[in-house]
Amino acid sequence: MTKMKALVCRECGKRYPLEPLHVCEFCFGPLEVEYNYDAIGREMSRASIEAGPKSLWRYAPLLPIEKEPTVGLYAGMTPLIHAKNLGRELGLDRLYIKNDTVNHPTLSFKDRVVAVALTRAREFGFDTVACASTGNLANSVASHAAQAGLRCFVFIPSDLEAGKILGNLVYRPTVVAVEGNYDDVNRLCSEVAGEYRWAFVNINIRPYYAEGSKTLAFETAEQLGWTAPDHVVVPIASGSLLTKIRKGLMELAKLGLIDQPHTKVSGAQAAGCGPVATAFEAGRDFIKPVTPKTIAKSLAIGNPADGYYALKAVRETGGSIASVSDSEIVEGISLLARTEGIFAETAGGVTTAVLAKLARQGKIDRRELTVAYITGHGLKTQEAIAGSVGDVVRIQPSLSHFEQTLQLKRDT
Amino acid sequence: MASLKVRITFPEEQIKEPVIYQIGKEYKVVTNIRRADVTEKTGWVDLELIGETKEVEKAVAGLKKKGVKVDLIERNVIE
Repeated sequence: MTKMKALVCRECGKRYPLEPLHVCEFCFGPLEVEYNYDAIGREMSRASIEAGPKSLWRYAPLLPIEKEPTVGLYAGMTPLIHAKNLGRELGLDRLYIKNDTVNHPTLSFKDRVVAVALTRAREFGFDTVACASTGNLANSVASHAAQAGLRCFVFIPSDLEAGKILGNLVYRPTVVAVEGNYDDVNRLCSEVAGEYRWAFVNINIRPYYAEGSKTLAFETAEQLGWTAPDHVVVPIASGSLLTKIRKGLMELAKLGLIDQPHTKVSGAQAAGCGPVATAFEAGRDFIKPVTPKTIAKSLAIGNPADGYYALKAVRETGGSIASVSDSEIVEGISLLARTEGIFAETAGGVTTAVLAKLARQGKIDRRELTVAYITGHGLKTQEAIAGSVGDVVRIQPSLSHFEQTLQLKRDT
Repeated sequence: MASLKVRITFPEEQIKEPVIYQIGKEYKVVTNIRRADVTEKTGWVDLELIGETKEVEKAVAGLKKKGVKVDLIERNVIE
């Protein structure tokens, strides 16, 4: 028996064959991959994982592919850093940063999900891949498609800043700028996905694509010496990343690779796009869509597909969800950079600022082993920190002026 | 034939309006309800719209014009 059993509806439990499907035909609920954990357990052990490649593919038995991986072979296995300086500042004794700012090849956690999605897309025989994106996802899909020799379409709203498009065009995909608002782009992409036999990574390939995020949990547990953290802080955009980190930890426990986790899962959103945080604070189950207005563009999903499930995961584990303002986001970027030397994009600013807020509020205990997930590199959103990180010191080209300006005294 | 799966959300003032019936009359689309939760204050309906692409697009615009919120069943796919 193969390791994947079927696609299963998360709402009504109806089962579907392992095809490029994403919505239950009966209740319209989202589909998820169901695994044969007995079969996986027979081939997966700590030793087999540790002997595997230094990439996310060391966990291949728990990923939704049938053959050998063919795309994104170097994604994952990013550093887990004991963040002593930041921990000292926040009053957290055992704080770690999972640093996906250095993921390969496009410096964000999207390289994980895209590696899995495109490998699976190839197994299905697709020759064209596509996505709807305003940044990180487009970058990653276009890059991986270029390397894999797949035709690539990226759909963007036509008012997207030019700089964001350049980073995609370099890989030579077809970038389609759609006249209209985000709703229009969304609708068009769904229609295109329905009419063309393309692998739309976050539509018809989504059940497979989303599973790539589990590797953040697998790596964290392995890098901590096969143990689950006490608390994790995860940014929420669609909500998928948060739910998959929890799922990843549960799977490791199911296979006996770690003890049953008691990890509190907390979520981080921007105040300018915090529909899940708002529902959490209001004690609601229903996620009320919002129109995003935040500098954290990579988290600006006003109607998150997995928002409900993220909310559920946070509540079930005893975690929290908090949101932070744009100025707090910039402070978060700066705090992480000056304490740990990590330059994160705005999503990382959100996570750091929410981490600080939860620590201040006592929602993270000083002794908890806490992991914060930093998901993208700061070079992607440099404009966010313009004017808030100080300026250069200007001097004349003379030693005396140098010393005078900086008020330095020579070593004697 | 195109098929579009959407969630429509009613504000309180639209709850009494038979918008799904009206859309089926005004545009050449078949409306097929799969799930719903409607109360006296608000409500949502998961709905499939089937028809020629242009008619489906017109029906979506028509629903919006009637004051109901129309979202893809996938929610936001732009990431």
